[in-house]
Amino acid sequence: MNTLELQKTANEIRKSIIKAVHSAKSGHPGGSLSATEIYTYLYFEEMNVDPKNPDKADRDRFVLSKGHTAPGYYSTLAHRGFFPVEDLTTLRHVGSYLQGHPDMKHIPGVDMSSGSLGQGISTAVGMALSAKLSNDDYRVYTLLGDGEIQEGQVWEAAMFAGARKLDNLVVIVDNNGLQIDGNVADVCSPYPIDKKFEAFNFNVINVEDAHDLEELARAFKSARACKGMPTAIIAKSTKGKGVSFMEGECKWHGTAPNDEQKEQALADLEKVGEALCQK
Amino acid sequence: MSEVKKIATRESFGKTLVELGKEHDNLVVLDADLAEATKTAMFRKEFPERHIDCGIAEQNMMGIAAGIAATGKVPFASSFAMFAAGRAFEQVRNSIAYPHLNVKIGATHAGISVGEDGATHQCNEDIALMRSIPGMVVINPADDVEARAAVRAAYEHVGPVYLRFGRLAVPVFNDEETYEFQLGKGIVLREGTDVTLFATGLEVNESLIAADLLEKEGISAQVVNIHTIKPIDEELIVECAKKTGKVVTVEEHSVIGGLGSAVCDVLSENYPTKVLKIGVNDVFGESGPAVELIKKYGLDGASIAEKVKAFVK
Repeated sequence: MNTLELQKTANEIRKSIIKAVHSAKSGHPGGSLSATEIYTYLYFEEMNVDPKNPDKADRDRFVLSKGHTAPGYYSTLAHRGFFPVEDLTTLRHVGSYLQGHPDMKHIPGVDMSSGSLGQGISTAVGMALSAKLSNDDYRVYTLLGDGEIQEGQVWEAAMFAGARKLDNLVVIVDNNGLQIDGNVADVCSPYPIDKKFEAFNFNVINVEDAHDLEELARAFKSARACKGMPTAIIAKSTKGKGVSFMEGECKWHGTAPNDEQKEQALADLEKVGEALCQK
Repeated sequence: MSEVKKIATRESFGKTLVELGKEHDNLVVLDADLAEATKTAMFRKEFPERHIDCGIAEQNMMGIAAGIAATGKVPFASSFAMFAAGRAFEQVRNSIAYPHLNVKIGATHAGISVGEDGATHQCNEDIALMRSIPGMVVINPADDVEARAAVRAAYEHVGPVYLRFGRLAVPVFNDEETYEFQLGKGIVLREGTDVTLFATGLEVNESLIAADLLEKEGISAQVVNIHTIKPIDEELIVECAKKTGKVVTVEEHSVIGGLGSAVCDVLSENYPTKVLKIGVNDVFGESGPAVELIKKYGLDGASIAEKVKAFVK
């Protein structure tokens, strides 16, 4: 896909996030919207995956360590063809396979169940290690929140990945700057994030704009070229990106839009889509 | 009387991992800086490339095990019970058990028989923690013969398994030639009519000693080895309760949530029976030689016999 097509896809994914969370009357739109381009780039460009054969052995793996942003993940998987887009509005409903947090046993394309913060990165490290043990050449990607890296387990996993030189592992930190209780810098500052990963023997790439698909492309290409150490991509993003009243607002971390807010959000995204069509 | 051979079940664990490693290329062993103590060092010596020392980071180790299992290999993750079941409880629950991944947890140094290290390292809560997790198999072998068979059974079983091993060398009472391990099936070791002693782990042998002492007092005790605490052998438990009327459970674990609770769960629903739970009584352990602690906490054969005598009279 070219950049414009990726941008249009990301915008469609954003609309699905809003519809899914609205339908669930709960869920996490803020961090789903901040990571939308990351999801889009991974699943439409970067990763070797096959929606018709989601369990194929040589596929690249993805672990959503910040599992609460499942709406973004599911919307991406659905638009990529792993399951019907229509199913997204069953999110969090009783009997739906689309659980509040990723469930590998029931959701096509989900490589690992996750949601308890700090745990996903360890499982991704395990997958990357496993590939090394059997000389498989698949790559493993994991997406963390910037609040999530307050969890000590993240640094246990980072220490191990650095020590084992797992160059088939890419850790992405969605640095939207907000967590439930406020600004990450105020709650318990994780900064400097890049220097921390450097100290844990990672190849660190700072992405200034996580919504710029060309910058993301450069970052992932550079990660692929790096040998002998794992890569951490620290991606500065805007929480709630694309929806005017959600952008940079902490309260949209885990709140669903009501009917009116949903319409307003979709209208915002419609405008973005129209602008993209003019390009 | 010839000297009874004594072997710690952690030793049996280490040996069997080496055997299984020779048979199966997909077996990977993880440890958290305790390879000498957990005996996974034996595996490390044979298969250094398949032995992963995660350092002192049990939570991460459980996550790594989950990730490895998700790619089709069979990881055995090992640490002391305190850290495997205690510290890493939530990783075991969420990263391993929720997705029902094929991870085997080899937890050594369980119970007060850890000895001198004292209360911080004596895990008397692991059975309670692990059996509360949906889909988790919990096995507490009684001697070397059973432990080796249990490790093999754990490998064959598809899904998460918690294996509980001891630090202390304990008598080998099972006969290697005739012993058969069946996951989820208790073993009647001694027939009796007055009371059934359901025991697990090193308390199986202590219960056999107790039964001998009780016989001298005119009390006929049936002794049943419950090596698999989950899934538990409901049929056998009910059958024994019907036969002997009174039931005693014996375990080197808290009386809260372990074998005693599991047996009571079965009986209260199926055949309400008076049960005496013998175990560690809602207290922390302490430092001391293991054998002395077992006596002090009333878990040796003579102490068990005394309690059973008072219970059945």
